Amino acid sequence: MKDGVNGVALAVFIVFFLAVTVMGFLASRWRRAENEHSLDEWGLGGRSFGTWVTWFLLGGDLYTAYTFVAVPAAIYAAGAAGFFAVPYTILVYPLIFTFLPRLWSVSHRHGYVTTSDFVRGRFGSKGLSLAVALTGILATMPYIALQLVGIQAVLDVMGVGGGENTNWFIKDLPLLIAFGVLAAYTYSSGLRAPALIAFVKDTLIYIVIAVAIIYIPIKLGGFDEIFAKADEKFTAAGAGGLVPPEAGQWTYATLALGSALALFMYPHSITATLSSRSRDVIRRNTTILPLYSLMLGLLALLGFMAIAAGIKVTNGQLAIPQLFETMFPDWFAGVAFAAIGIGALVPAAIMSIAAANLFTRNIYKDFIKPDATPEQETKVSKLVSLLVKVGALAFVLTMDKTVAINFQLLGGIWILQTFPALVGGLFTRWFHRWALLAGWAVGMLYGTVAAYGVASPTQKHFGGSSKEIPGIGEIGYIGLTAFVLNLVVTVVLTLTLRAAKAPDGVDETSPEDYTADAGDPGVQVELPPATAGAGAGH
Amino acid sequence: MKAPVVTPVRVVIALCLVAPFVALLWVGSYAKTDPVFAGIPFFYWYQMMWVLLSTALTMVAFKLWQRDQRARRSHPSQDGGASA
Repeated sequence: MKDGVNGVALAVFIVFFLAVTVMGFLASRWRRAENEHSLDEWGLGGRSFGTWVTWFLLGGDLYTAYTFVAVPAAIYAAGAAGFFAVPYTILVYPLIFTFLPRLWSVSHRHGYVTTSDFVRGRFGSKGLSLAVALTGILATMPYIALQLVGIQAVLDVMGVGGGENTNWFIKDLPLLIAFGVLAAYTYSSGLRAPALIAFVKDTLIYIVIAVAIIYIPIKLGGFDEIFAKADEKFTAAGAGGLVPPEAGQWTYATLALGSALALFMYPHSITATLSSRSRDVIRRNTTILPLYSLMLGLLALLGFMAIAAGIKVTNGQLAIPQLFETMFPDWFAGVAFAAIGIGALVPAAIMSIAAANLFTRNIYKDFIKPDATPEQETKVSKLVSLLVKVGALAFVLTMDKTVAINFQLLGGIWILQTFPALVGGLFTRWFHRWALLAGWAVGMLYGTVAAYGVASPTQKHFGGSSKEIPGIGEIGYIGLTAFVLNLVVTVVLTLTLRAAKAPDGVDETSPEDYTADAGDPGVQVELPPATAGAGAGH
Repeated sequence: MKAPVVTPVRVVIALCLVAPFVALLWVGSYAKTDPVFAGIPFFYWYQMMWVLLSTALTMVAFKLWQRDQRARRSHPSQDGGASA
């Protein structure tokens, strides 16, 4: 690490940051609708986004700063095993193609803002909806915290993180400022802010990756040289490698599949999806979103380049920022850091909006104040989005970074347990609401206990996300094992409950709701303000 | 006369969507370094190639689906809106 502050890089970083801040505040005027005080407007951008805006929004949402730092960091540390992110993001799209258009349709017909809204409407169960909402909030919080870890990594490398003996306030001031600004424009502009900023973020990221993938290998003597050096390092270390060993293949496949199934259970992915204008926008997006997977694959290779460039860091998260600083001229390093920094702001904004929507719709409105007006809903949501961010900030500043990472790992396992209720519910109503709730509880419990028991060389608990799959004997992703367990419990209990004639909840949806498209009766391009608050059908 | 739920076109759509799962979850089929392409081991370029392949497959599925839906919409009585 160079000593002191990298002035040029910092200046470039600040310029981009200021530009994005201005955009964030101006965003509230972008495509503004007449009724701005409804949750549909603030929390879903008026459900009006077309193919391109949705593409940028989803890309900005799913490929976070943490992804950019963590995926190459995993490759840097372990080699091939970290590359599972690529098959993972490939498998996501056929899944989206299959089930999200149905969710979009039913949500438009009934004014659903969150997945829990749908689960409650479909199964007539507030308990199940609460379980889904709580899981969503719990899984999202550490994810937001990790975005901060991403910004911190960049600030550290630029030399503004301060040394060990600096006063904590000075040390964390840049982070506090970044987050204050983020909180302010999310509050005032809602989902429009990250949607607009996502353009800048992705453009920067694409430029940086394109340059990095051409410029760095040339400087390092080509890919042959890079992979040879990486192979040398892994062989010498006796861990990791260029291809996963026989024993690691189950882990690789289950991680890819489990993560792919989990991704669209996250509230922030759903928020970005529901903000799109029509079913076709979603399906068309599945054919252009893979561009991001390609970028991710190239980005992952940077991990090998960091090895070849002789980058030595104790904190793997710093490998890529450090690689940029070493290889690029200062001004371009500034652009790269800005890309990562802004890359943290977009998803953090969307995630906090998504978590806030969950709280407002499925806890506040369902349990605390059932007669809340759309204005009140929006107000509560805005406040909660602030609280969520403050919480994440406190989390990062007061606790060790590994705590955030552990919780993020758990979050992925947890969120996957809402899959049967949500995706199952989109296709069939056969599952019984109590069985789904029991399956969810079993999955959550098994996942948490199993993850707690994983030790790594540096940690006694939560040392990783894979463990032996009971009955198969191979090492696999805990989340997927928990999911299978969840599914088995759900099916067995549904059979039992159906045999015992346990009462079903009221289903407020009808089969046509799942295929309705923009322009069909009951589905309007802009929902009338009343629908958002009334949660049609209550 | 009701159009059947499973038609050859829909089978093709399903195959397009399932293919990436089979290819990528069968890790043993590509966990090797050779052949190297432009200095990049097989393991890496093969998976990146699948990004493009699966995109093409999804695009085919999308086009076929659109055609399928249009055909059914022009004969609304044949299908009670029961589509995925």
